[in-house]
Amino acid sequence: MNANILNEFHAIVQDGLITEPSQLHTYECDGLTNFRVMPKAVLLPTSTEQVQAIVRICSREKIPFVARGSGTGLSGGALPAENGIVISLARMNRILEVDYANARAVVEPGVINAEVTARVATHGYFYAPDPSSQSVCSIGGNVAENSGGAHCLKYGFTTTHVLALDVVLPDGSLVHLGSQSVDRPGYDLPGIFVGSEGTLGIATKITLRIVKKPEVIQTLLAAFNTTNEAGSAVSEIIAAGMLPAAIEMMDNLAIQAAEASVHAGYPSCGGLLLVELDGPAVEVAHLMKQVGELCTKCRAWEIRVARSEVERTLVWKGRKAAFAAMGRISPNYIVQDGVIPRTALPQVLTEIEQMSSAVGLRVANVFHAGDGNLHPLVLYDNRIPGQEENAFELSVNILRLCVKCGGSITGEHGVGEEKKMMMSEMFAEPDLETMQLVRCAFDPAQLSNPGKVFPRTRLCAERTGPYQPHPLEKAGVAQFF
Amino acid sequence: MEKPSRSGSSVVDVEALWNELREIVGVDHLRMPVDEDRIDGILPLAVIEPKTEKEAAQVLKSATGAGLRVIPRGSGTKISWGNTPRQDFVILLTRLLHRLVEHAWGDMTATVEAGCTVTQFQKSLAEHGQRLALDPAWPDRATIGGILATNDSGPLRGRYGSLRDLIIGITLALPDGTLAKSGGKVVKNVAGYDLPKLATGSFGTLGIITQAIFRLHPVPNESRTLSFSTPDARTANNLILAIQDSPMVPTGLQVRASSSASPQVDVRFEGTATGCDAQIEQTVHAAGSLKRADPPADVWNQHGQIWSGSELSVVCKFTFLPSDLGLFLAELKTITDTLALTWQLVAQGVGVGFVRLDGPSSADYARASQLIRDVVEGHDGFLIVLHCPLEVKKNIDVWGSAGDVLTLMKRIKTQFDPQGTLSPGRFIGGI
Repeated sequence: MNANILNEFHAIVQDGLITEPSQLHTYECDGLTNFRVMPKAVLLPTSTEQVQAIVRICSREKIPFVARGSGTGLSGGALPAENGIVISLARMNRILEVDYANARAVVEPGVINAEVTARVATHGYFYAPDPSSQSVCSIGGNVAENSGGAHCLKYGFTTTHVLALDVVLPDGSLVHLGSQSVDRPGYDLPGIFVGSEGTLGIATKITLRIVKKPEVIQTLLAAFNTTNEAGSAVSEIIAAGMLPAAIEMMDNLAIQAAEASVHAGYPSCGGLLLVELDGPAVEVAHLMKQVGELCTKCRAWEIRVARSEVERTLVWKGRKAAFAAMGRISPNYIVQDGVIPRTALPQVLTEIEQMSSAVGLRVANVFHAGDGNLHPLVLYDNRIPGQEENAFELSVNILRLCVKCGGSITGEHGVGEEKKMMMSEMFAEPDLETMQLVRCAFDPAQLSNPGKVFPRTRLCAERTGPYQPHPLEKAGVAQFF
Repeated sequence: MEKPSRSGSSVVDVEALWNELREIVGVDHLRMPVDEDRIDGILPLAVIEPKTEKEAAQVLKSATGAGLRVIPRGSGTKISWGNTPRQDFVILLTRLLHRLVEHAWGDMTATVEAGCTVTQFQKSLAEHGQRLALDPAWPDRATIGGILATNDSGPLRGRYGSLRDLIIGITLALPDGTLAKSGGKVVKNVAGYDLPKLATGSFGTLGIITQAIFRLHPVPNESRTLSFSTPDARTANNLILAIQDSPMVPTGLQVRASSSASPQVDVRFEGTATGCDAQIEQTVHAAGSLKRADPPADVWNQHGQIWSGSELSVVCKFTFLPSDLGLFLAELKTITDTLALTWQLVAQGVGVGFVRLDGPSSADYARASQLIRDVVEGHDGFLIVLHCPLEVKKNIDVWGSAGDVLTLMKRIKTQFDPQGTLSPGRFIGGI
């Protein structure tokens, strides 16, 4: 990178400029480690003004930039761009304001997810979105990916909890999206920005909604012989009109791994269900009894309700450690993230099992069962020639199965670099072209996290004329809606 | 019929255009306008009623090609919200797109066409004990497309959020004839940009919503409402804040007030009987010495009721931080007293409400709405004048300021609708 530009960057961030190759290695990938690109430089600004100054230079010099929080993303969202820089928001990590009367917290993007709850817990509040990586992942990253977590079944996703954002647009200008009050007139800009995976600009200040802690929280563990039995219990619970705070499911392989790593005391079974209810004490007591009965009806052979907060925390620790725990039972593994309509669960599990035995690879299954979000973990050994390729193919085929069942290629990890080609399997070309209109409005020069999310980049200069049918559509090969 | 005449657009043979449109929708589905079709007094050139979303997209494409403006309309309950339209538009009715495409009750999602009324939709969902957890105004007439375009909501939003939190998928017909889908049929989905949210509240300026997919909630077994009379705005506000700062989860929390009556606070709980009872007890405790009052029969429909007979009134939507409601009510009283206006208000605890102003003449309406807007904008809120006499509308900015995002919003509009086909000028900042 041109020395003059580096000097300009240095003048902005001083010691927050990294150019040493040995240090740059830290930033060459995120949680998706099989894609790596060395950035030309990493900058660690400490203020919105610094972010603006950096982005203005990028805009002037046409340097692509990628914003990065804690780098825990699993889809390559923070993978650097070729010949680009990384802007790390790690030093912008202050909780600026908490307004309990209105249940809002204003934070910088580098604040760690769990720190928000830690800060407001004494007043009886919590921050609801709880990705499994919440002890290390940043709010800025959560905003980019629209992170979910086990409790989004009841409480919604990051997008539900973001009211306003200060955003540095890819031309360096600062805009204020959303507002402290709800329903700001105009387009729902926070709605389009949250989950845009860093392609529309950089959030430097975020107003979050915090939630009053429920009167009681109860967690039930139920052991079944098969995931199908556990799945039918989920359907029964939903059909009974309940909206649990979370419903999680693990299969035998996932339980083994979690036990080996965390010793959560899970029963050894074919399908484990974890149901959490929260709300008014009498209501939870009443409904928990009903959940227990429904599980028994679906042939659960052991049912336990966590008796203390310590027990409850341990139950969750096992679940949240499930991905990392795979290292205990397999040298390598691929974390997948797909979504299916919940009722398709038995069919999809059966097909995954068939697909996995056909290629001779094990698949461990961890689900947010309440909302149909699957995390199949494809286990393999990269020392065995060909296994890695087979594992990737299997994981992609599982996603295809999700799409075939009317689901999605990602429920919470994002498209990023990893799944951009899969977008064409879920959406038709006009759908993707239409989404990219938004990109062109925010970032016509395509400098902010370029090349992610979409299989092909739309040229923003090209003006949309009257609709032209796609060649495939003309040939009758594909329908456009 | 007059020829559509727009500067810069190509000259088209108007009869050929009508014929082209008739060919798309069928001769019976393009008609000449009648008086009821006027929007802010302006007569459309024609009214077109497509039967399928593909027809809707083709109509848009033809209209765009001919330089014609298009304003989408469902039942028209909110058609006058927003700026006065520019001349030379056609109305595209969505009422024939009224199918419930799918109710996947096991997955608690439903796909519905834009022209379906809210009541019709809810009735079908109720067959499986489910509902769209939203209670917009005039549900028997309001259509799904209409509530989405205007982002309407009611008391349930305090518990379930507004449309942005319930919509999970959308199909949009764009001015170039594209039919584009975004989102999907599963609640949890982060594949691609969230166009369902972008379209929600966009007042028909980006595309015509032809289909929407929603997440659903179970219809609760029990519902209990209680109301309290409060001596003043501050007390009402404190009760609301106390309930919000407790573990209680009301599905309704609102204030009703007017120039002739002190504020009443309404609280509703839904769920199991035991859960409702326990929370009612807690609410009564939180209310201390406040007097219980009998809620009116349509207590949770006040956001629709406030409009009755409002032809000559002003009705505004306003937003506020929950802690500022008391202050707002006090300021409202001062402003209306000074201008000798009467008022009536219903506001949700979450921070959104409607206020209606009535006066002996409309002379002071513009000034009153500006003064009230100054107050809410001074406290992180917004005010939109949804309804007022036409002569007042000519002299006010119904939307208020768009702030520093106006340029960005205009760029979005230009990307989606480069020729300005869809409801041009009706949205904030003249978008």
